[in-house]
Amino acid sequence: MASDVRAGASAAAIRPVGAPGSSQVIRTGGTARVAIYLILGLFCLYYLLPLYVMVVNSLKPLSEIQAGGMMSLPRDWTVEPWGKAWSTAQIGVAATGLRPFFLNSILMVVPAVALSTVLGAMNGYVLTKWRFRGDTWVFGMLLFACFIPFQMVLIPMARLLGLMGLAGTVPGLIFVHLVYGIGFSTLYFKNYYQQFPTELVRAAQIDGAGFFTIFRRIMLPSSGPIAVVCIIWQFTNIWNDFLFGASFSDFDSQPMTVALNNLVQSSTGVKEYNVHFAGAIMAALPTLLVYVVAGRYFVRGLMAGSVKG
Amino acid sequence: MRKVFVQTTAALALIAATSGVAAAADVEVLHWWTSGGEAGALNVLKQDLEKQGIGWQDMPVAGGGGTQAMTVLRARVTAGNPPSAVQLLGFDITDWAKEGTLANLDDVAGPGGWDAVVPAALQKFSKYDGHWVAAPVNIHSTNWVWANKKMLDELGIAAPTTWDELVAAMQKVKDAGKVAVAHGGQPWQDATIFDAVAMSTGGPDFYRKAFIDLDPEALGSDTMKQAFDRMTVIRGFVDDNFSGRDWNLASAMVINGEAAFQFMGDWAKGEFLNAGKVPEQDFLCFRFPGTEKEVTFNTDQFAIFKQGDAVKPEQAALATAIMSPEFQQAFNKVKGSVPARTDVSVADYDACGQKAYEELKAAASSDNLIGSMAHGHANPASIKNAMYDVVTAQFNGEYDAATAVQELVSAVDLAR
Amino acid sequence: MPQTVPRRVSGTDWLRDALPKLVLSPSLAVVLVFVYGFILFTFVLSFTDSRILPSFGWVGLENYQKLFGLRAWGIAIDNLLIFGSLYIVICCVVGLGLAIFLDQKIRAEGFIRTIYLYPMALSFIVTGTAWKWFLDPGIGLQAVVRSWGWEGFAFEWIKDPKMAIYTIVIAAVWQTSGFVMAMFLAGLRGIDTEVMKAAQIDGASTFALYRRIIIPQLRPAFMSAFVVLAHMAIKSYDLVIALTGGGPGTATEVPATFMYSYTFTRNQMGIGAASAVIMLMSIAAIMVPFIYSELRERK
Repeated sequence: MASDVRAGASAAAIRPVGAPGSSQVIRTGGTARVAIYLILGLFCLYYLLPLYVMVVNSLKPLSEIQAGGMMSLPRDWTVEPWGKAWSTAQIGVAATGLRPFFLNSILMVVPAVALSTVLGAMNGYVLTKWRFRGDTWVFGMLLFACFIPFQMVLIPMARLLGLMGLAGTVPGLIFVHLVYGIGFSTLYFKNYYQQFPTELVRAAQIDGAGFFTIFRRIMLPSSGPIAVVCIIWQFTNIWNDFLFGASFSDFDSQPMTVALNNLVQSSTGVKEYNVHFAGAIMAALPTLLVYVVAGRYFVRGLMAGSVKG
Repeated sequence: MRKVFVQTTAALALIAATSGVAAAADVEVLHWWTSGGEAGALNVLKQDLEKQGIGWQDMPVAGGGGTQAMTVLRARVTAGNPPSAVQLLGFDITDWAKEGTLANLDDVAGPGGWDAVVPAALQKFSKYDGHWVAAPVNIHSTNWVWANKKMLDELGIAAPTTWDELVAAMQKVKDAGKVAVAHGGQPWQDATIFDAVAMSTGGPDFYRKAFIDLDPEALGSDTMKQAFDRMTVIRGFVDDNFSGRDWNLASAMVINGEAAFQFMGDWAKGEFLNAGKVPEQDFLCFRFPGTEKEVTFNTDQFAIFKQGDAVKPEQAALATAIMSPEFQQAFNKVKGSVPARTDVSVADYDACGQKAYEELKAAASSDNLIGSMAHGHANPASIKNAMYDVVTAQFNGEYDAATAVQELVSAVDLAR
Repeated sequence: MPQTVPRRVSGTDWLRDALPKLVLSPSLAVVLVFVYGFILFTFVLSFTDSRILPSFGWVGLENYQKLFGLRAWGIAIDNLLIFGSLYIVICCVVGLGLAIFLDQKIRAEGFIRTIYLYPMALSFIVTGTAWKWFLDPGIGLQAVVRSWGWEGFAFEWIKDPKMAIYTIVIAAVWQTSGFVMAMFLAGLRGIDTEVMKAAQIDGASTFALYRRIIIPQLRPAFMSAFVVLAHMAIKSYDLVIALTGGGPGTATEVPATFMYSYTFTRNQMGIGAASAVIMLMSIAAIMVPFIYSELRERK
């Protein structure tokens, strides 16, 4: 790969050097730039539309929604649906709102994301810098595991969790997410570390550094951008997972998506769409936060030129 | 081999129960009643138990009319960690009983006198092999028509009592530029209409033969073809945007005066009441034309799962509380359904609720209380869904009535 | 070019030699049990009479015969082919295009990028409702455009059995194309600017520059994008359920909804398992050669 060849040339390449980010290739006259902005703007609309529907309807009284006009701005603005979704909406027998379920989700998501990211990094490190006979096969097997449909594993997984004594516990849920997160985290880190100059690892090894020392001192410090990508991916998937969360949790460990689902999917009751939308946006806030905060580091990491050729 | 699996599952359940997964004297209840009214009503049960010192561990999983909860239940049972009690519908109770996972409630039901107060049609589901395994909470009847009274008055339409009158009424509405039938194109909603149409077309004996006994002759009969033809007629009175619409949005069309009729179970009443409408003044409720004497029903029941050899005291207390007349009365008033017991006072129910309860009792005593195919009370899930496939495909014009009849016979055969 | 660190010859230090494999082995072990073991389990189930729970009465190929006799299964396969290919291609095109445009020193880039990326954060449990409303001719786009006075405007795909599958593509692209854009953007920013400048000086046109020099270098990004997208396409379940519930009729049934419905809703676990096996075999048929060729080239 062309980029690898030059990557090893200088150790500086792996340190943040604050190189300019954009490559700006299109030599732009005024019209071209206007066109680019126009296209980018149009796509902004496309991406924002559903959010618009959700936000607008979460700020209306229910009667306005029932009377039609789901696309229009509220006539009577109200934040009541938000309060209701947070603390008083009926989730089950108790009218608790979504509030208590946030903690359940966080207790599950944080360890699961952290563990799968670390595991992915280690795997990626081994698969690129400590290659052995058959490593490609191992990676292929891990990668193919990404494609297993989750509905299929539900019953055997339940059985094994029961046998391991993890059924209906938070560690059980973390374990499940960890297992099915390995494939992707390994893929991300392997692709990233592949671009990393192997010469540096070799040099460190000659200096007597061991397996873990090299990982900690050389690989980890430059793993920021890919760690962000991996965290975003895992966080989103695990936070939004419903199937495992519903099936492998107990009455006291149900994650937020299950609560949101209970709020939204009532079968024969009155559907309070405004509360549903408020709840949905609320439930997505942690992931949105990760995107906004980590997204910045994501780009900063990229701009540091860590994968520049 | 199945036996072995069930036995290990049961053994695991035992281990889980004794190792304190469910704390002593608490009941864990898996259900899908999460909307305001229903859940609030269930809270009555919770408080009732708390007075007896029994904690309520709530495990709600909504979605798909209980199908999500059933998926979760399967995972829980497989893991050897079943909840104490689970909300189940119709044939699901029988299916779980067959797997040997349900507890025997005879010792609770006997002293409680359940045999005398629960209609026989419900007992068919509450009992397995002659033993009580579940406590019924309510009866929903599914063959209702909800109508906008103002619109009918303006157009000079009386509540239709025969198929022909219904067609004439729908035509009148259509001619006036309104939507005749508010309907949501989802398989279960299509089947709900088909249920009523088939009952109206062929009568209770035909309905039983076709949907409960699964008699290939009845399934492939001309009467069935006629029922499908009538579905095509109804399709002509539904607006173009029907597919995928949720049932409550269809109700809203009747409430807002966009549409005249909706064919839907009694839970639709909640939408009307919630919009501030009054029965008999703003909206009408009557049985689907031609099914005045029959009641097709579905019933929510709480099945008690085995958590050891005998029924635990807190499980027994839960079952007793569910069957108490006070709970049944209070719960069903909110839910829009009627009590599963036939000896409860419904004096404070609204007009539709009282009417429903009287008609139900009459139907129960004249053997016209029949499990609804659309709601899983006529045949098991595999067959019900196979029927959905055909009804939905035909309603959406994927094939004609004659083909539909053939498809129905073969689909049922394939799913058995 | 060599990627591997030559291992030091040190016969005594077994641990050091085995350490990388030891680090990798837990991952491999859980994947062997919880992925490949379960695949085997499903394979066995597909030959049994399992209904509500697994049971092991052998029925041979009966489930497969039933499966291929079902109209809905054929529809599901066709839909996956249509949906999957459109989804992957459109996401890549949109993602790459946006990444290239966003790479032109755009003002407020961070802001725009966040807007493109956020749909991934939302679960379809509820965005499904928003999309459903937006696509519904009675209340959504069509109604709005008509209320602006353009009476002839029609957008009824979601109600049309022939077109409904394309509305699923629209919503699915909405969810993931931003993420794909980010992957390509990362790739673009990793490309050596020197090479590009040299080419530009040589007088290469912008188009040629992208075609000949830049896009070929994005190959790893394409691979990641393909894997991510293919996996999302195959697993699309929430999306279809929320948007159309498989309707109108059975027009938008996909293998994932089919499998779930037979395994859990219809209590015909045997047929569900058979459909899962067929699904996995098709995935393997596409992915294994792809993974194989990609991995070989890296050596």
